[in-house]
Formats: sequence, structure tokens, C-alpha cells
Amino acid sequence: MTLSAAGLSRARCGSQTLHAEWTKLRTVASTGWLLLGTIALTVAVSATADAAATCPSGGCQADPAKLSLTGVQAGQAIVAVIAVLAVSGEYSTGMIRITLTAMPRRLTVLAAKATLVAGLVLAAGSVAVPASVLAGRLILPGHGFTLADGYPPLTSPPPLSSGDGPVLRAAIGSVLYLVLIALLSLGVATAVRESAVAIGLVLGLLYVFPVVTSVVGNQHWQRHLEQIGPMTAGLYIQATANLSSLPLTPWEGLGVLALWAAGALIIGALIFRFRDA
Amino acid sequence: MTAITPYHSAAQEARDGFGQILHAEWTKFRTVRGWVIGMILAVLVTAGLGVFVAKAAANPSCSSQSGSGQQGPVQHGAACGQPVYPRGPGGELVKDQFYFVRQPLAGNGSITVRVTSLTGRGRGTDNGQPVGAIFVPWSKAGIIIKDGTGKGSAYAAMMVTGGNGVRMQWNYTGDASGLPGAVSAASPRWLRLTRDGDTITGYDSADGTHWTQVGSVALAGLPSAVQAGLFATSPQHSTYSSSLGVGNGFNNPTVSTAVFDHVSRTGTWPAGTWTGDAVDAEDMQVAPGSVGYHQVARRFTVTGSGDIAPLIGGALNDGPNITIRDYLLGTFAGLIAVAVVATMFMTAEYRRGLIRTTLAASPNRGRVLAAKAIVIGSAAFVAGLAAAAGAVIIGEDVAHTASSVFPEPWPTELRIIAGTAALVAVAAVLALAIATMVRRSATAILIVIVIIVIPDVLSAPPGIPAGVTDWLLRVTPAAAFALQQPAPQYYQVQANYIPSSGFYPLAPWTGFAVLCAWTAIALATAAYLLRRRDA
Repeated sequence: MTLSAAGLSRARCGSQTLHAEWTKLRTVASTGWLLLGTIALTVAVSATADAAATCPSGGCQADPAKLSLTGVQAGQAIVAVIAVLAVSGEYSTGMIRITLTAMPRRLTVLAAKATLVAGLVLAAGSVAVPASVLAGRLILPGHGFTLADGYPPLTSPPPLSSGDGPVLRAAIGSVLYLVLIALLSLGVATAVRESAVAIGLVLGLLYVFPVVTSVVGNQHWQRHLEQIGPMTAGLYIQATANLSSLPLTPWEGLGVLALWAAGALIIGALIFRFRDA
Repeated sequence: MTAITPYHSAAQEARDGFGQILHAEWTKFRTVRGWVIGMILAVLVTAGLGVFVAKAAANPSCSSQSGSGQQGPVQHGAACGQPVYPRGPGGELVKDQFYFVRQPLAGNGSITVRVTSLTGRGRGTDNGQPVGAIFVPWSKAGIIIKDGTGKGSAYAAMMVTGGNGVRMQWNYTGDASGLPGAVSAASPRWLRLTRDGDTITGYDSADGTHWTQVGSVALAGLPSAVQAGLFATSPQHSTYSSSLGVGNGFNNPTVSTAVFDHVSRTGTWPAGTWTGDAVDAEDMQVAPGSVGYHQVARRFTVTGSGDIAPLIGGALNDGPNITIRDYLLGTFAGLIAVAVVATMFMTAEYRRGLIRTTLAASPNRGRVLAAKAIVIGSAAFVAGLAAAAGAVIIGEDVAHTASSVFPEPWPTELRIIAGTAALVAVAAVLALAIATMVRRSATAILIVIVIIVIPDVLSAPPGIPAGVTDWLLRVTPAAAFALQQPAPQYYQVQANYIPSSGFYPLAPWTGFAVLCAWTAIALATAAYLLRRRDA
């Protein structure tokens, strides 16, 4: 039984591309440090927010699940850098020309990069997010977040028990949020190539919506802005209280971010496919 | 033997002064299209966001009249345009609302009273619970000499307060402290005001015999006939809960009741009875029946609500909630664009290997860094100036119909526009220095955004615990955003002095000094590394 050389190469093309990209990512020193940094920053900021939270005598206004996952808002900045560097690192060294000579199928290269970056961020998020929830569970009860203080009860008595449906959804959703931020960043970086520009664009895009929303007095505009912002809508997945007051359901919110990520990836892919390297 | 003449090139000796390096760096900046576009983008984004905020912040009932497609719930009968806030003698917006038990005083004279009690009571509800007895630190009661009963007229007053002892206050912004401690029947407070021409002097005493002067002020243009007497007032009680993601402010009106006796006067007063008036009664947030006074023999009980103080603007405060700072909200986005350009101004040299040519042409590396800093700093200053001026001028033009805009005098606007340009310029130099240290764009821009932009972004929505943003805005380079604070913070007025209302923990120039210190340290480190390291 023989396979033609062409058939063999087509069949192994995808896995070989994946392997090549994995070797590149694995052997760049910054990848490991940035992943560790994501975990450390996420957990540290979450714990700081837990420790800074107080329940006024009138009752807690904060959502404990959301509070204990605050660090995701900081960790996403490093996630964006990891994703951007996976693409623009090749442009800054000229490596991209070798990559595309060895693997001329550009969309396969991009898909391999996206798969690997998503996988790495998924792994880092799967450590950072449960650790943040755990930190919240240890710290928050000391800051007045108990049932006795009139806190709106979660489904089971101890606040932030990880068996809770909504809390579990918030935690899993936060990991997916980080993965989608990575894909969004990857798409932007593929489109603009330059790492500083890509990071500036991604972080500007993420933060502009919450900042503008905070001063817009008009309720309609406020709602619309929150609905379309990748960060504002995506973070609805962390909400476990007052769900009815959210402009979107948590999963719809994450869907908005997924649309942003898909849009960025498609634009990036089109530009990557048709532009000279 | 033939003498060997050393070779001399016919070419003119090249000049390598600082001017040449500066010119070379300017040429590099000017001729990279992406960098110039980046700077223009910074201007457009900042000004554009400012205009958007001004437009979106406008009162919906006003924007619906202009035929805008997006409409909020229309408040019928809500006043469009600027509601009339009274202005004090200094031109600032003020709140002038209190209960006044008065008589006219002609010419010079004085009034002395003893206060034996001051109690506060809350009105309305807090989280659904009726508010009862309440401690209001800046409830006020005492004696006042005032240029008529018109809102915003000049005055000087001696008062006891809920939690800040005896104070002398005048013309809304003036404040001096007298005897500390709370007033009670066991430790009453004696207050005295004397008028001599334009000068009013306040005294306090614990026993009515030993008097201490608290302050003496000249009220320019005070007419001969003034209104003088007893007053009581009590500001809103604000509870602001700042939990992540949720910021809730409750403002509950309060009333305070004071008991006076031993009222004595010198000078020309009519012998007749006292008149009781609620000044600014139409805007008082408590029922008309809940303020007033009654007199039993020589003992007066006066109950009032409101405040005699400068009006504080911004989110969650009494005054108009849109401030000039809101138009400059887009500064952070413009700053990202400028920082990207400033970073690449250095990292592109390393990426292309141009740094070796640059350093071969001008071997004094410190001078190269200085030239780059001057070029990028100047370009960023111009961009920042254009962005801030555009945001403020167009923003005001768009929002001028809105009912909720806090007006600022032009020197304040000028200071904020120039301050924003300085902030952007120095931040660009900081980004350049960090890029020189780390040499890689991605790392450099991440550091710059984390230390300058993120603290500002976190402070924008009222949500992060105040202690955290306070700390961030003191120690990080983002402290320089204090340059955008429009109004001073008054010790004697309780309000939500938070960044989202336009108040920063540091004074404007102190905050700027923090950024400058960071930049100086970063530049020194960058110069050291640039000298020591191979290019």
C-alpha cells in the first residue's frame, strides 16, 4: 500500500504546521514567562480586589463571583501580548518569510497559531481562574460577604462554593473570555503586524467602552455601548446577581466578544492571505 | 627626500553638534508615514471621544428637540438649557439655602448668641429604610451678616457644626476654624459677629466672658443696610458605596435644629420682631413645614436644610454632573496612540538595525537619546494641545444646550488644556525611555499602558474601591491626570471627591511632578543602559 507523495504531504500538512508553530512558541523564552505572568497578575489583582472590598451597613452591593474574578480584567492585557507576539514576533525578525516558504498555505499557518495560542491561554486560564475563585472564597467571608449580612443568597449557603451553577458558569466563562481575547488579539496582530500598534489597538478597543459608558448620561446609549463593547459585554459572563438588569444574558454577552474575535480573525486572515509578507 | 604631505580630504568636515542630531531625529520622525498618522489619530480619537461624550451626556429632553434619532425618556417640563445656579461674589457656582431668622442692621453693630444644641435628622430613605437621627458633620447653625436675602449674596457667619467645631465662614469659599468639639447644653458655644464698615470679625467663647477672635474678613462693597440674625442649615447626607462593578450614591436631604439663647445686639436694629425666611425655598428638598423657627421668651429654636457653600459638580454630586474633565475622557486613548509612536520611535531603530548607523554618526549616545526625547516630546505636546483644545472647544459647543454642564472660567480651561498637552508630552518621553531600556515594542508598550493608562481607566467608572484608585493615582505616573481636575476640593464641603467626579487625590502640579519624577528616573536609566550596552 502506497501513498503518493503529494497525498502524504497534504495529509500531514496540518499536523506538521501545528508542530512547527508549537516548536516556535515553546522555544521563545517570553511565552512561558508571559503565561506565568498572566496567572500571577490575575490571581493577585483578584485577591487585592477581594481584600479591598467592604460591605457597607446597608448591605453588599457587589456580586461576589464578579468581585473574585476582577483579576481577569488585568490578566487579559498579558493574554493580548502573548497572542500579539505569536504573530508580530515573526514580522520583527523576518522569520515570517521562512515560515511562509516552508509552509505556503497561509491560512493553515494562521489556524495553527490560533489553535496553539488558544490552547495555551486555556491552560493558563484554567489555573488562574479557579485560583481566583478560591482566593475569593478564602478572603471574602472576612469582609462581610455572608448570608447573615443580607447578601442576596447564591444557590447554596456558603458564598462562592464552586459547586454553584452560576459561579461555575462565571468561572468557565472567564476562562473562555481570556481565550476569546487571545483570538481577538491574534486577528488584530495579523492585520497590523507591528506588535506595539496591535497591543495599543486591542487594549484601546477593550477599555474605551467601559470608560465612555461611565460618563454617558443617556440610558439608551449607555445600554447600547455596553452591549457592543467586547470587554463590557464579554464580562457579563461573570455576573451572578441581578441578571435581569443586564442588557444581555451572560452567554449572549460572551457571544458578542466571540463575534468581535471572529471578525478580527477573518479580517486578519484575509489580509494575511492576500498581502506580501 | 620628498616630504610626505598627509592626506586631507577635500570634503568639508562634518558637523556633529546637537543641532544636527536634533535635525536628523526630526527627519526620521517626519518621514515615517505611520508615525505621523499615529499622532493625527491620537488627536482625532481624543477629540472625537470628547465630542461623543458631550453629545451623549446632553439632557435627552434637549437632544430630542434638536431632532436627534436617539432619544431617552423625555422628561416633559424639564428645563432645557442651563438652570440658574446662583453665583457667589467670587463668580463660582454656589448653594445658598438655609433658614434665616433675621432683622435689618443699619451701619456698624454686632450680634452675640449662645448655642446650646445642634441636632441633625435625615429625611427620605436609605436602601428602603427611613433615615432617622443622623450625624451630619457639616450641618451648620449660628449667626450671619448677609448682603440681603438674595441667593449668592456676600456674607460672613459664625457657626457651630455637627462634627467640625466652631467655624467662621464667608463668601462661600472662606473657612476658618474656632473652638473644637461638639456643642451641648453642658458645653455651650458663644458666637459673636461685629461689623465695622466692610470688615466683619468673628469671635467665639466657651463661657461668654473670655473671647477669641476666629477671623476677620473684608466683604468688598457691603452696603450700609444688611440683614443679620440666626440661621440653620444641613447639607445632603451622601452615602457612596463603591463596590466593584457597582457604584451607588444615595443623597438624602437632612435638617438640623439648633437652640439659641442670650441673643444680644449692639448698633442700630429695629426693636420689632424677627422675620423667618427659608432662603432658596423653591429648591429645598424637604417639606416646607419641616423648616422654620419658634421663639419662647429669649430662646430661639431654628430648623433649616440646605447648605451655604460652593457647589460641587461631577458624577454623584449636587452640582451639574458634566465637567470639563468629561470632554477629556478620550485622553487615555490618545495617550495609547502617542505611546505606540514614541515606543516605535526607539524600537524601530533596533528592529531595522538603524541604531548602529545612528550611533556611528553621532557617537555621543546620551545626546542621541536627548534629541529623540525632545523631538517626540515636542510632537506629543503639539498633538496633546490640539487634542485637548479640540475636545474642550467642540465639546462645549455641542453640550452647551445640556442642563448639566458645570461652567468653568477660561483660565481653568486654559490650565487644563495646557496641562493635558504637558501630560501627553512627558508620557511620550517616558514611553521612549522605557522603549530604550527594554528595546522590544511589545514589552515597552505593555509597561507604558499598565503604568500610565490602566490606573486612569480603572478610576473612570465609579466601581473600583476608592482606596485602590486613590493609591494608584498617587504613586503611578497616572497621577499626572490630576492636571485635568477642574475645581478645587473644599475641606468644608462634604461631597464625592472621587476621580469619576473630577477630583484626584493629588494637587494638579504635584501629580504632574510624580510623572516627571518617573520620567527623569526612566530617562537616566535609559541613558545609562544605552551607553553601557552594545547596540
